Amino acid sequence: MTDTALLELRGVSKHFGAVIALHEVDFRVYPGCVTALVGDNGAGKSTLIKSVAGIYRIDGGEVLYEGQKVHISGPREAADLGIEVVYQDLALADNLDVVQNMFLGREELESLHTLDEIKMEARAQDTLQSLSVTTIRSVRQTVAGLSGGQRQSVAVAKAVMWNSRLVILDEPTAALGVAQTRQVLDLVKRLAEQGLGVVIVSHNLHDIFEVADNITVLRLGQNVAEFKRTEVTQEQVVHAITAGKLSKVPGVVDTTEEVTA
Amino acid sequence: MTTADATADTGSAGLGDAFREWWTNVRSGQLGSLPIIIGLVIIAIVFQSQNDRFLTASNFVNLIVQSAAFATIAMGIVFVLLLGEIDLSVGYVSGVAGVIAAVLLIPDGNELSTPIAVALALGSGIAIGTLHGLIITKIGIPSFVVTLAGLIAWNGVVLLLIGSRGTVVLQNDFLIGLANDFLPESTSWALWLLAVLIFAGIQLNEVRIRRKAELGHDPLSVIALRVGALAVALGAAVYVANEDRGIPYLFLLVGFFLLFWGFVLGRTRFGRYVYAVGGNAEAARRAGINVDRIKIAVFAICSFMAAVGGLVLASRLRSVDTNAGGGSILLYSIAAAVIGGTSLFGGVGHIKSAILGALVIASIDNGLGLLGLGSGEKFVITGGVLLLAVTVDSLSRRAQAQSGRA
Ligand SMILES: Nc1ncnc2c1ncn2[C@@H]1O[C@H](COP(=O)(O)OP(=O)(O)OP(=O)(O)O)[C@@H](O)[C@H]1O
Ligand SMILES: [Mg+2]
Repeated sequence: MTDTALLELRGVSKHFGAVIALHEVDFRVYPGCVTALVGDNGAGKSTLIKSVAGIYRIDGGEVLYEGQKVHISGPREAADLGIEVVYQDLALADNLDVVQNMFLGREELESLHTLDEIKMEARAQDTLQSLSVTTIRSVRQTVAGLSGGQRQSVAVAKAVMWNSRLVILDEPTAALGVAQTRQVLDLVKRLAEQGLGVVIVSHNLHDIFEVADNITVLRLGQNVAEFKRTEVTQEQVVHAITAGKLSKVPGVVDTTEEVTA
Repeated sequence: MTTADATADTGSAGLGDAFREWWTNVRSGQLGSLPIIIGLVIIAIVFQSQNDRFLTASNFVNLIVQSAAFATIAMGIVFVLLLGEIDLSVGYVSGVAGVIAAVLLIPDGNELSTPIAVALALGSGIAIGTLHGLIITKIGIPSFVVTLAGLIAWNGVVLLLIGSRGTVVLQNDFLIGLANDFLPESTSWALWLLAVLIFAGIQLNEVRIRRKAELGHDPLSVIALRVGALAVALGAAVYVANEDRGIPYLFLLVGFFLLFWGFVLGRTRFGRYVYAVGGNAEAARRAGINVDRIKIAVFAICSFMAAVGGLVLASRLRSVDTNAGGGSILLYSIAAAVIGGTSLFGGVGHIKSAILGALVIASIDNGLGLLGLGSGEKFVITGGVLLLAVTVDSLSRRAQAQSGRA
């Protein structure tokens, strides 16, 4: 673990009209480490991820990548920085096949600027194989015909295929069976061993305690706790998720706690 | 390498296996172009039994000429349908282009040269489509409304451009020849040979590359069958047409656009993005695709193809008048794309469906005309066929859902 964070969010805020989805959130991801982002439904986890991915423009705070201040204004920029995201809704186009989805927006081209289907198909197949995804009958099958778990496998494969430095997975195992969950958790560990920064969002604390080095807890759009996995119990994390002290803005703390109490 | 092992079977499988796989697909609802080809055969049998002039060389050539404009405009419609959008303005946009070309070429001493007039007419199509696309994406008005407004406004523009002239009779050789000239017999056979050779070359090259990459490929017997089918079908068309006036230039025009747009949709990033935006615009956006730019380009393509169709229509009628772009053009063009199998919900369809659909529509129109029936019967029957085509499509979709291939 090095000292400079790969990704650092400082006081990041994001509003949707009157809804405050993120309020001055700090978040750090170190290379070679798995950082878990946990919190109840609506805590702001997906919003934070989409802000990093350039889907949402943040309203306040700053984002640092390798210590440099960056403005990620779109998915392309995020990808150029080496950030790959598996979205909670997977963001797959049902009418396209597995290969087409995995390369969407980054198609390999031949000399005449035509699509290099051969190269893409071979790479897609290799990637799926390296993730031991064996249940997909054909990579030329449309995604619409895949099961929920198979779709999730495709989304994960799509994210790890590129030479990325930061892989963010928003509930990547939610629809997966035992064997595939195992594969994804092993993959998460392997990515971190290779020196990548990994962020994983999950509601399954058992999984998180298996793979995570650090655990950041969000509650109602605010930081409520940051733990080292080795120094914390599941009970403490659950307590932080459900009743963590909203410490960031003291003025707001009282009212919020009155409301939620 | 295990990939090769797993797919080697597909590579060495024979004709029988390929047929069985095709049949499994059909039974699970993946019908492809099958229903429409059966439909065309039924139409031919029905009309021929009623009037033996339907299946003659002369009527075959008529059919090509009559379906060309609908096929051309419908290709643009396929693009907008792939996005899950609609363009109701294509009829009068075709009218605007036809009138622009006709008026600019009136030999009154200050007429433009033919290429410039044609370029301006086609350019007006691109400009109109770009305008539609900009309004739809930047202001966020649904395409149905924008192009409905376009339908009315471009109709007005046709009237304004025609002005007090009433009717403009074409006198330009190129414009008249577009729909009324035919290929010499030897040229059409030379082009036939060229087309078959190129098709075979592309197919074999594909096999070679896939073999090299150790990926599965279609069995050679299937490829031979495909090349043979193309050679026979095209050869029959050339032979029959040559019994009469010959292959119309329009056949080449439509063929060119079929190949060109088929290439764009199937082989380029742009085409891939059209399907992606139509399938899941948000996923496309998250993949870094500029969704607005794709939409604007698609509306520009649609209006451009409408403009091409407008020139074809003007040429066929040898004149333009205040009715240019009106009548059944819009409805037939949209119906052609849908009958051909393009989904109205976006993301699913192929450019060839425009041509198959246009052939169905033109056959019905032509056949009923031979039987001496009027527009009333034509519209009722065409409406029924449209409904039938969409019914077959949704039933096959249900079959796919039940067999787990939705
Ligand atoms: N596009 C949007 N427009 C308006 N409000 C939004 C939008 N996206 C999220 N929100 C709101 O922001 C808050 C945080 O949502 P977010 O999706 O980030 O939660 P989450 O932590 O990912 O929850 P879950 O565990 O259910 O996935 C919620 O109150 C949600 O209603
Ligand atoms: Mg979420």
